[in-house]
Amino acid sequence: MRTTHLVQSAYRSLALHRSRTILTILGIVVGIMAIMIVMSVGQAAENLILNQVEGLGARTIAIAPGREPTGPADPAIIETLYGDSLKERQFHALKNKANVPHLTEVMPVVFAIETISYEGETFAPMIIGATELISFLFDVFTDQGRFFTTDEVTGYAPVVVIGKDVREELFPHDDPIGKKIKVKGNNLRVIGTLPAKGQVLFFNFDKAIITPYTYAQRNIFGIKHFNRFITQVDDPVNIDATVLDIERTLRETHGITDPDNDNFFVGTQDELTSTVSTVTGVLTSFLVLVAAISLLVGGIGIMNIMLVAVAERTKEIGLRKALGATRKNILFQFLIEALVITLVGGVIGVLAGAILSYGISLLLSNIMDAQWDFAFPVSGAILGIFVSALVGIVFGLYPANRASKKSPLEALRYD
Amino acid sequence: MTEKLLDLSGVKKTYYTDEIETPVLHGISFYINKGEFVAIMGPSGSGKSTLLHILGFLDRQTGGTYSFDGKTIEDLTDDQVAGVRNSKMGFVFQSFNLLPRHTVLENVKLPLMYSSVPESEWEKRAMDAIKLVQLDHRANFETTKLSGGEKQRVAIARALVNKPTIIFADEPTGNLDSDSGRIIMDTLQELNEVHGHTVILVTHETYTADYASRIIRLRDGRVETDSKVSRRHKRGDKFIK
Repeated sequence: MRTTHLVQSAYRSLALHRSRTILTILGIVVGIMAIMIVMSVGQAAENLILNQVEGLGARTIAIAPGREPTGPADPAIIETLYGDSLKERQFHALKNKANVPHLTEVMPVVFAIETISYEGETFAPMIIGATELISFLFDVFTDQGRFFTTDEVTGYAPVVVIGKDVREELFPHDDPIGKKIKVKGNNLRVIGTLPAKGQVLFFNFDKAIITPYTYAQRNIFGIKHFNRFITQVDDPVNIDATVLDIERTLRETHGITDPDNDNFFVGTQDELTSTVSTVTGVLTSFLVLVAAISLLVGGIGIMNIMLVAVAERTKEIGLRKALGATRKNILFQFLIEALVITLVGGVIGVLAGAILSYGISLLLSNIMDAQWDFAFPVSGAILGIFVSALVGIVFGLYPANRASKKSPLEALRYD
Repeated sequence: MTEKLLDLSGVKKTYYTDEIETPVLHGISFYINKGEFVAIMGPSGSGKSTLLHILGFLDRQTGGTYSFDGKTIEDLTDDQVAGVRNSKMGFVFQSFNLLPRHTVLENVKLPLMYSSVPESEWEKRAMDAIKLVQLDHRANFETTKLSGGEKQRVAIARALVNKPTIIFADEPTGNLDSDSGRIIMDTLQELNEVHGHTVILVTHETYTADYASRIIRLRDGRVETDSKVSRRHKRGDKFIK
């Protein structure tokens, strides 16, 4: 019997019990759709986070005080914000080529959230104190005015570059360039504004103002240490060696002999990238597993319906056998019916999953104000259709085999 | 024309259910030549349907030997048995056994789908068979819309479509009124006399059996008599049920 006839006859017997067929298909649709959404959204979330991490650049190494937190609930995270193990001495040691030969740039960073005001309007942005290198290291550039210069950094200049949201809050109508904003009793002159930039690693530049770190340390925060060092290596191949050089140098400055006692930690983009990928990967696989359970339920539904169909059509099976159908003919007939159900369900599930994922991506990019790229998960679609076919074969085989084993006589007697 | 088509020797059939033995056939022996029209008669419980199933390779005997066209069911694999049923045997059942929601044409095509006949010939073969039972005006009707007599004619067309050597008819008029029954019997006789098909008819009605040229009577699983029909009903005769 030709495949086209098998598919045709499958279609007819399925059409005969329309509502039953639709409900069975629905079981598969839900399962495949869930897998598609999880894979699509999981991939987009990973891309989103990776984009931010990669904003740092492959040559960048970040150094923070304290020890590396194991998660967002680890109290060590406080130390990474308030620890004072990174000071002028460490700064100079890192800049010394004899200690860390491959470092081309070392930028100290201080930051904290403070209230700022301009003519009665207030806002609480992140105050970032850095050197002029921040523009180059974080890939942020002014759309109006300019960044501060090296001289302004060494000269404790009270100048500031403001992010997009800060500008909209404080200067809804005025041109901010040249205006003075107040921060903890200090007047800072606005010399530049940033276009929309969003989150780059730990900074949301839209809700930040940037001043020379010298001025921020002395006049705003009143501290002598740094919150971070952002450094750059001459070539990505030297990253691993440089991380070791940095760790050795910093231990020397603190007189640490046992690495377990480190009061700082070093992070590279590779490390962050792999951490992010691992975390999102584990999460995605877990969710896919949950979605797979719904497919299993759908598959059992198919088996159930097929068994009912086999029992109902005992007479038809017997007749076909009496007219010359072989076991194989009957087996294929019922297997194809199961396959038609699951493949139709699979295709609908893939399409519905893609549409819903797209909707979710639109919703999230509006709510989170984040660059949430929708990507049609081709691998998910292929997997979805493959899995639905597999479900059809696995769960259709038992009923089909049972049908094929019916003796024509038993089947014909059945009334 | 004395070629043996069916040859039975001491055929026995016993059903075993839950260790209870129910013997149905106690050693049946006869042979049927190609081109014969034989009626197997007997009261209900005489074993005539069981015998027909064995003759049609739908069931296996538990004793004795039966060969069809020189082959026994033991000689053949399951697929080969299916092939013999498909190409050499045609079946007509009391309850028609047509596929519902399918047209006459589709029902008649069904055996072709399991055959080696190329698909390009299916349509013509099926239409020829349908014309033979004079249902060409109903070819695209769903079978559920047909009368009982028409349904049985569709079943005959389906039995004919692969040009079988033999046609087995199991109480073909059992569910029909006498007019429809007469048409069916006329058709079977025509198939035998004009087209040369061997026909084996199972019935409990003497009048229907009289369309055949030979009657084998069964009683309690044994052949009671095996004789020629002296006054055959001929096509066109009045049919009294």
